[in-house]
Amino acid sequence: MADNKRIDAATGTSTVGHEWDGIEELDTPMPRWWLVILWATVVFAIGYCIVYPAWPLIHGATPGLWGWSSRGQLAQETAQENTRRAPIMAALARTPIDRLPSDPKLLAAAVEGGRSAFKVYCVQCHGSGAAGSRGYPNLNDDDWLWGGDLKTIQQTITDGIRFPGDDKTRMSQMPAFGRDGILNPGEVDDVVSYVRYVSHQEAASAAAKRGKTLFANNCAVCHGADAKGNRTMGAPNLTDAIWLYGGDRDTLVQTVTNARYGIMPAWGHRLDPVTIKMLAAYVHSLGGGEADPAAPAPAVAAAPAAAQAGENVGR
Amino acid sequence: MSGADVAPEPKPRFFEARRKVFPRRVDGTFRRLKWAIMAVTLAIYYVTPWLRWHRGEYAPDQAVLVDLAHRRFYMFSIEIWPNEFYYVVGLLIMAAVGLFLVTSAVGRAWCGYACPQTVWTDLFVHVERAIEGDRNAQIRLDRASWGVEKIAKRGTKFVIWLLIAMTTGGAWIFYFADAPTLAREFLTGTAPFVAYSTVGILTFTTFTLGGLMREQVCIYMCPWPRIQSAMMDEKSLAVTYKDWRGEPRTHGLKRAQAHEAEVAPSLVRLAQGEKVGDCIDCNACVAVCPTGIDIREGPQIGCITCGLCIDACDEIMEKVDRPTRLIGYTTEADMKLARAGGTPMPPLKRLLRPRTIIYFLIWAGIGCGMLFALGTRTHMGVSVLQTRNPLWVRLSDGAIRNTYTVKLRNMEGRPRSFAVSLSGIDARMWADGGSRETAGKTVTITVPADRVAKAQIFVVAPAQGAQRSELLFTVTALDGQKSSASDGSYFERPEGNP
Repeated sequence: MADNKRIDAATGTSTVGHEWDGIEELDTPMPRWWLVILWATVVFAIGYCIVYPAWPLIHGATPGLWGWSSRGQLAQETAQENTRRAPIMAALARTPIDRLPSDPKLLAAAVEGGRSAFKVYCVQCHGSGAAGSRGYPNLNDDDWLWGGDLKTIQQTITDGIRFPGDDKTRMSQMPAFGRDGILNPGEVDDVVSYVRYVSHQEAASAAAKRGKTLFANNCAVCHGADAKGNRTMGAPNLTDAIWLYGGDRDTLVQTVTNARYGIMPAWGHRLDPVTIKMLAAYVHSLGGGEADPAAPAPAVAAAPAAAQAGENVGR
Repeated sequence: MSGADVAPEPKPRFFEARRKVFPRRVDGTFRRLKWAIMAVTLAIYYVTPWLRWHRGEYAPDQAVLVDLAHRRFYMFSIEIWPNEFYYVVGLLIMAAVGLFLVTSAVGRAWCGYACPQTVWTDLFVHVERAIEGDRNAQIRLDRASWGVEKIAKRGTKFVIWLLIAMTTGGAWIFYFADAPTLAREFLTGTAPFVAYSTVGILTFTTFTLGGLMREQVCIYMCPWPRIQSAMMDEKSLAVTYKDWRGEPRTHGLKRAQAHEAEVAPSLVRLAQGEKVGDCIDCNACVAVCPTGIDIREGPQIGCITCGLCIDACDEIMEKVDRPTRLIGYTTEADMKLARAGGTPMPPLKRLLRPRTIIYFLIWAGIGCGMLFALGTRTHMGVSVLQTRNPLWVRLSDGAIRNTYTVKLRNMEGRPRSFAVSLSGIDARMWADGGSRETAGKTVTITVPADRVAKAQIFVVAPAQGAQRSELLFTVTALDGQKSSASDGSYFERPEGNP
């Protein structure tokens, strides 16, 4: 083949030596600049192999002169970010949670921090939008079992609810009225009728009337004579429109018969106080947060007047 | 085809090495015009970032500033926000149409006088001339072998070029940050890395494009010469060698007298009483050309119409007692007229033709439209985004709450309060920080000067109603000025709601 190489007359360039039906190929030299770039990339590649991890070995790769690694870079960036946030975190650590609202900037920072921590620790039960699900409270609404001001939320997160192993955890236990034989099934039905009556789901009936007496004797201790609940015991308000497990007859019969025993972990054992503070601020910001009951300003802001479902919306 | 039967000569070349161009110094009308335009354009470029313009305490006091970090573009009394980027687009369209207008009227005036590539190349050529001498000295130096003198001269030239290139890149960054602050930071080594890298890149490109590549940028790299051939017509100005006047050339007058018949057939004709042209073939027009072309070969892509050959030719024509403007700005139409012995078209008639008038009307229309829009634009705005997780929340009294993120834009240099109201459904609302007890028909939000405020707005409505209702948030300024804006959204209720 090489024998056929010759100088092409028209271009003055050598041919590569092949020939197909009279068609030949020119061996046109590369432009100089192209060659320069080629050598530049070769030099770059050699330099790259020396300073960066490049050659695979059995247990990893050559480390490279600069000691760069993607994990190292992540650690460095995380450290940078922590340094940047340090003053905010220090201020959050200093500020008692009930003083946060007087510093809107710090509060906003806490809410944003809480938003991301919530996505890691809380969404498994409460859902990504904090809307909860059956048995797991919706944190967006204005109904709170144990209280909805910043301080109370903070304590709930720190010590959890009915969490074994935390002395300060929120504790209460509803008796299993049916299962333990305190009420017979007929009486359970009557109590349920009464509860559905006070929550405006059923009209008055003889069963509800019987249930009223049973309620006063068995349930009012925790849920109150007016069935509006008691936050010191986490006893839910039974007259409102919000049901943690469901307000239909079957679910209520279940609840009265077997009781409920919802547990929330005590996060004080796992998270640092600043994260808990931020989580509390976030949960409080979702729209149902209540004012500090100790605060003097809008006294007794709670207790919305007779809960006529949806009729006297926001005065 | 076999190459054997093709004659080995001549050898066509597919690649051409750069022909070195050593433009000679020249003086004249167009050279002085170029000086003036160079002074003005360079002054605008270097001085603009240092101009101050007081805007009050809430905005920077730099007259022209592209504040990328805060997403603002300031130009004297005009402040553009990113949502108004169409003003910048309008400005770019005006620049393009303006270029079309100029090109159709006076040809490649942009290339010859105002293009940064031309201005900086011109500057670099002058530096080169100051160090290495004029054309002939430069050619001699180029041919000389490397010695002390060549190294010294080339070195000095490169250093000065580099300084110019650095100040060019240096001036650019001042458009993007407060110039005095950045200058101090830059010199003390505390400026952001991007400032140094930008200056580095622009130094490199200025040095390479202005010092080393020069006319090759215009001839090989720039798309504009190709585009503008579509803008030009037979009534656009172009630098033209008036061959009907110049030809036949009287080449080498003195030498011709010795070898009359061989070298100067024109002289023979002159002796025979025939007409000869004004061109004496002195090559002055070629020597001064910054792109190294011979204008006498006719219109060509290498001609940036800088007019320097006109100056050079005029000098010679005066010396040989001939009328000037053997090379001059002429249109193709005039050229045809002149060849036929007619008189050129009056300039006004040439300028006012449908093409230029339409370009001008488009240009002026966009300009007037933008001025009107700028003068009447509202300095506020609102955008509403419904929270979608969860879409709705049932409250203890059975009512339904929806949540919205409302962004309020205050483009004025003072804090303003706005009332947000709602239409579409019967609802009450409150903003974050408030509560249902304080809910009302409106919410007041105060936005800091020159900022966007983000607020969460909670809206409560009775449970009874459509699963999805349309809402309109309207924002009204509370400072007596009648400015308002609105944005629509939805109110959602649970599925299968009573």
